[in-house]
Amino acid sequence: MMIGIYLICAYLISALLFLNRKAAGNNILIVLFCILQTVFTVYACFSYRETSLIYFTFDSLGLLLLITLSIITIPALFHSYLYIVRHDESPQSRALYFAAIVFLITSITAAYLANHIAVIWIFTEMTTLSASVLIYHHRNKLALEGTWKYVFICAISITFVFIGILFLSLSLQHAGSNDLSFANLMIYKDQLNPFWLRLAFLFIFTGFTAKLGLVPMYTAGIDAKDKAPAPAGALMASVLMNLGFVGIFRFYVIIAHTSLFHWANLIIFIAAFLSIFVATVYMTRVTNIKRMFAYSGIEHMGIVMLGLAAGGIGYYAAILHIILHAFVKSSLFFQFNQLYRTFQSKSIQQVGNYFKYNPAGAIVLLLGFISATAMPPSGLFVSEFLIFRSLFEGSYIILLVVVLLLLTIVIWAFGKNILKILFLPVTGLDETKIPKINPWESVTQYILLFTAIWLGLNPPDIFVRLIQDAVNVLTT
Amino acid sequence: MTNVLLILFIISLLYVSIANRIITYVRVLALQGFILFGVTFLQLKDIQTWNLILILLETVVFKALAVPMFLGYLIRRNRITRETEPYLPHFISLLIITMIVVITVLLANSIQDTHLDKIFFIVSLSTLFTGLYFIASRKKIITHVMGYLMIENGVFVLSLAVGNEMPDLVNLGIMLDVFASVLILGIFLNKIGDVFKDVDVDQLSNLKDY
Repeated sequence: MMIGIYLICAYLISALLFLNRKAAGNNILIVLFCILQTVFTVYACFSYRETSLIYFTFDSLGLLLLITLSIITIPALFHSYLYIVRHDESPQSRALYFAAIVFLITSITAAYLANHIAVIWIFTEMTTLSASVLIYHHRNKLALEGTWKYVFICAISITFVFIGILFLSLSLQHAGSNDLSFANLMIYKDQLNPFWLRLAFLFIFTGFTAKLGLVPMYTAGIDAKDKAPAPAGALMASVLMNLGFVGIFRFYVIIAHTSLFHWANLIIFIAAFLSIFVATVYMTRVTNIKRMFAYSGIEHMGIVMLGLAAGGIGYYAAILHIILHAFVKSSLFFQFNQLYRTFQSKSIQQVGNYFKYNPAGAIVLLLGFISATAMPPSGLFVSEFLIFRSLFEGSYIILLVVVLLLLTIVIWAFGKNILKILFLPVTGLDETKIPKINPWESVTQYILLFTAIWLGLNPPDIFVRLIQDAVNVLTT
Repeated sequence: MTNVLLILFIISLLYVSIANRIITYVRVLALQGFILFGVTFLQLKDIQTWNLILILLETVVFKALAVPMFLGYLIRRNRITRETEPYLPHFISLLIITMIVVITVLLANSIQDTHLDKIFFIVSLSTLFTGLYFIASRKKIITHVMGYLMIENGVFVLSLAVGNEMPDLVNLGIMLDVFASVLILGIFLNKIGDVFKDVDVDQLSNLKDY
């Protein structure tokens, strides 16, 4: 019942934000939404494993990702507020931006908790709608191009998921049932027709890669994160990618109990490896900072899926990794706005010696770099190490060696660019024009980064148990 | 009768592959809308009346009339040239689409399934791949959109195959149709027409990594 109230209230707030033109009203509504999101998350924690409104279940995976989302929501809205104020936006454009971002967060929340594949699909569609509004925020030619590509590729991938659902329903008819909830699929897992199930997995997997950011549909996300305002890009690079993971994971749980398990793992291995490869190639060439962060996300999703396909400890590590990655990547995107205000450029060539102009922000970038390349002491080091261990234990040695080589190249490329941004001065920079950045604006990034380190190195008991519970469904 | 209509649907795909003018694409899309109307009417027997009416209305009003008319309006308003401008000659397109149909027929013959009328599977899968082929092989953005609409039609055919058992899936398919078409056609094609002078994919290559 509570989720119904939450959805109605949140969509109502989104509608009011859209209609409201006053700055004060806007701020009140944003704060209201933050409170609503937090209260709902707390409520979700207390009604663990309960089902609400038939189609939503507060299970471990949904809960973990929901908490991640709610933690990232508050800095996202805070930085959005700063962004809008600084850019002197018109009331219309401000209204549309905040309405879309609230709509996006609400839809992601609902999709995390959905226990029915069609419901996940509907809310994924809604995220496409709201994300496209955010990408088109600047209303110029390049933004339009990015939006068009995003919308078109997402429309095709959402159609793919739908085709997959149709095949799944054909497969389920062999079992004499027609309820597509995951619980019901689990009951009939032995009677599903393997031919249709195979097609269903191919289409659903391909469809969700657009959100997750894997080969083959990753391209749309890169342009989207580049053109959307950085606070919105932070959401797309973290929690929206997790949504793709949820879509694939929930279906993969069913597959893991059928005869198609090994075949599905092979598909995931191929897609994951190609993603890491593609990300490496682009990382060495990219000079746009935002796109560099976005490609790093592709690489991480590849690693996550490797962990999922390798099994064993990899399951645990995959979920840990996706949560920590969300914190790290969103903080890098939040930091990007300050970087852009300092240098007025996205290009690595025109950015440099950041330590001199904004030490607090520069440390965020440095910490974010250490975290994103999974060097100790970052939390991602732990999860990546566990994923490599699972690959080793699964005796995928050649794959492991190649992936490690590719990751070394990624670290080199990422490091080269970040160190250039931090230390190398650029010529011809007019220092009088550089604004003073308030170091307090970096506080949220520090909190997110330290959360990632803390959760990786010294995870609380309840956190570990939730992850274990989320992956237990795969093995039992 | 259903089979006749579905075979007509496949023929429309072959016809569109050799079409030279964009307006032919629009007409074929309208024709496909009417064909889907017929198939829906004949196929969905065990469904509630109001639901059937909704689906029939969607096929006729939306697929067969509104979308083609709107496409025609867009073509006139943006002064899109009449040529389809494929990257490959028509003959090769025809050959490729024939190959797609043949391969899906072979694939369909390899499966044993009493729950599914195979012709639905053949039509929808070949429409899907034809649509993807159109997207890959045509130069104008508007032909990409038409390729996408064709994919939607193919998906609709597949959803009709399970429509008697799970009418909700047909409704979901309609939702997808309306949502994606409105988003793609209504907002962005309109905008793209305003911002870019000639609506060509070549103009959409400014987003780069450097």
